[in-house]
Amino acid sequence: MAEIALQHVTKRYPDGFEAVKDMDLDIRDGEFMILVGPSGCGKSTALRMIAGLEDISEGELIIGGDVVNDKAPKDRDIAMVFQNYALYPHMTVRENMGFALKLAKVDKAEIDRKVEEASKILDLDQHLDRKPANLSGGQRQRVAMGRAIVRDPSVFLMDEPLSNLDAKLRVQMRTEVSRIQERLGTTMVYVTHDQTEAMTLGDRVAVMRGGVLQQVDTPKELYDNPKNLFVAGFIGSPAMNFVPARIEGSRVSLPFGEVELPDELRRRIESAGHGGGREVIAGVRPEHFESADVLDHETPAGLRFRTKIDVLESMGSELYVYFRVEGQTSSDQLAELAEDAGMADLPGSEDASQVVARLAPEANVRQGGEAELVLDTSKIQLFEPQTGQNLTARVAEAAAR
Amino acid sequence: MSAGRERLVWTVGLFFVLAFALIPVLWLLSLSLKQTPDLTDNAFLPLGGITFDNYSQIFSGDIPFPKYLVTSIGIALIATLISITLGAMCAYALARLDFPGKRIILAVALAIAMFPPISVVGPLFDMWRNIGLFDTWQGLVIPYMTFTLPLAIYTLSAFFREIPWELEQAAQIDGATPFQAFRQVIVPLAAPGTFTAAILVFIFAWNDFIFAITLTSTDNARTVPAGLSFFSGGSQFETPVGAIAAASVVVTIPIIIMVLIFQRRIVAGLTSGAVKG
Repeated sequence: MAEIALQHVTKRYPDGFEAVKDMDLDIRDGEFMILVGPSGCGKSTALRMIAGLEDISEGELIIGGDVVNDKAPKDRDIAMVFQNYALYPHMTVRENMGFALKLAKVDKAEIDRKVEEASKILDLDQHLDRKPANLSGGQRQRVAMGRAIVRDPSVFLMDEPLSNLDAKLRVQMRTEVSRIQERLGTTMVYVTHDQTEAMTLGDRVAVMRGGVLQQVDTPKELYDNPKNLFVAGFIGSPAMNFVPARIEGSRVSLPFGEVELPDELRRRIESAGHGGGREVIAGVRPEHFESADVLDHETPAGLRFRTKIDVLESMGSELYVYFRVEGQTSSDQLAELAEDAGMADLPGSEDASQVVARLAPEANVRQGGEAELVLDTSKIQLFEPQTGQNLTARVAEAAAR
Repeated sequence: MSAGRERLVWTVGLFFVLAFALIPVLWLLSLSLKQTPDLTDNAFLPLGGITFDNYSQIFSGDIPFPKYLVTSIGIALIATLISITLGAMCAYALARLDFPGKRIILAVALAIAMFPPISVVGPLFDMWRNIGLFDTWQGLVIPYMTFTLPLAIYTLSAFFREIPWELEQAAQIDGATPFQAFRQVIVPLAAPGTFTAAILVFIFAWNDFIFAITLTSTDNARTVPAGLSFFSGGSQFETPVGAIAAASVVVTIPIIIMVLIFQRRIVAGLTSGAVKG
């Protein structure tokens, strides 16, 4: 059991490239902390610095109260699960799992006992005498976890442990990881680029971008109150819609129409000194649209507008509809997200943005047809285009106080 | 059936190649078993009757064949051991570390392997006589090592490169010291490569004639290939064909045994080294 603290930790490579910049992060004892971000954001480097596989250029790393910057990995009381599992191919499952204990000169009976105990948790008891080459992907993954578990370390580090599994198995192992962490109660730092894993597994999630920590919060807070465009766009699937908007006094004009800012939102914007006429980017989650025909008329009136549905995807439990609105947003942070998602080169029309809405399955809409949608205006988030700062988030308000 | 015909063609082809490769060896074997009068009868099989005289002759005659054998085995083993140890360390560094001049080292190593031995053997003869290495075991071990090191480095570094970095890091995290990680994780995994390199080095040293004949003058350090050329018959006009054939068969045996034992490892080694790295 141990808490981990990164204090102004920087990783600079000899060529001057900074993979992690001035990172401050406190991970509580027993916490499940997720580091998430697109590839190249420095999340793995941060993890490897905690593991001791990378030197720390600047700052301090504290595990369990001790500064461990100069300690070798073996003296840090950590266990790590690698992305490609890194099982020793010449050893059986039993030997793989017991290797650390053997090196620590634990006596043989004790090693056997611990290995068997861990293999029961992971449902590997029948495979103890097989070599990794004869195991399936999921089994290998479990052996890698078992190797970490038997050591009973104070910190678990996991570097994209599920990314090599196929989709179905990944979901299954995700719950497995969650269950194991629950059971062991060990501090865990988990790196992933998959926002779903981040949302479902973590007690708290740290979102990184270009080596800089963007926001650390519970999954719900990240979703509801993202600090900036990047976090807003990264967390959530389908991703948040971004459309150009303009603030005029207490009103905001959106491509869907003009709305009066809800009082709470207006106060936040004004308190942050962002009133007056100005261009902003509005962020709308897909589920904050609804088809007008499924809403009761008593529902607090949102912004009603008619639009042509380009594409309709039915998931059974919900409908995704895609439509276009005038105007485009431009932001470095959004461009980076698009690039990470591999969408940077997709053809898009010059001055229109695509918007996706999640509707109830009974909504009466059809592809190519017109539909009346309602937007819950109280949930709109407004972002400053240059800095990407969220003008409406509560976090901003809290910081100002 | 075209598949059946294809199979037949392959079988015949393979048989042909096998025969082509084996006939000289079998001829040698047959020669070594022939009685002296039959040696020149041009027959492939020892029709005049089989005799083991040639074999007893080489082990009991004036020529100290057993001594040559010991020298050969000794020198080849020492050269292999040194070459593989140095080669493994060098290859590990080349595979794992990024340092300036890495490419140059590899290029130079390759250049040495390309060097024709015949062109260095003359100067080496002079040098060895001046510094007292002439006609000694070391005098042969050193050139063998030099010529086989590049081979060892190349083979081994291909192997080391294939072993994922993460395995070492996993070992480090599991609490291994760098040496423990090398010993218990890297070396076992590189074993096929090590065997491959070792056998290639051993065969080079074992088969060499040019260094052995040039850099020795007495039985002190004469290996079998060199020693064979000093076999003489009963008179000046007699060539001891039978004895030479017998000796040739005997020197082939250790290589065959080694290759048979390590065959599976070599095959695994050569292919796995070839695909990547």
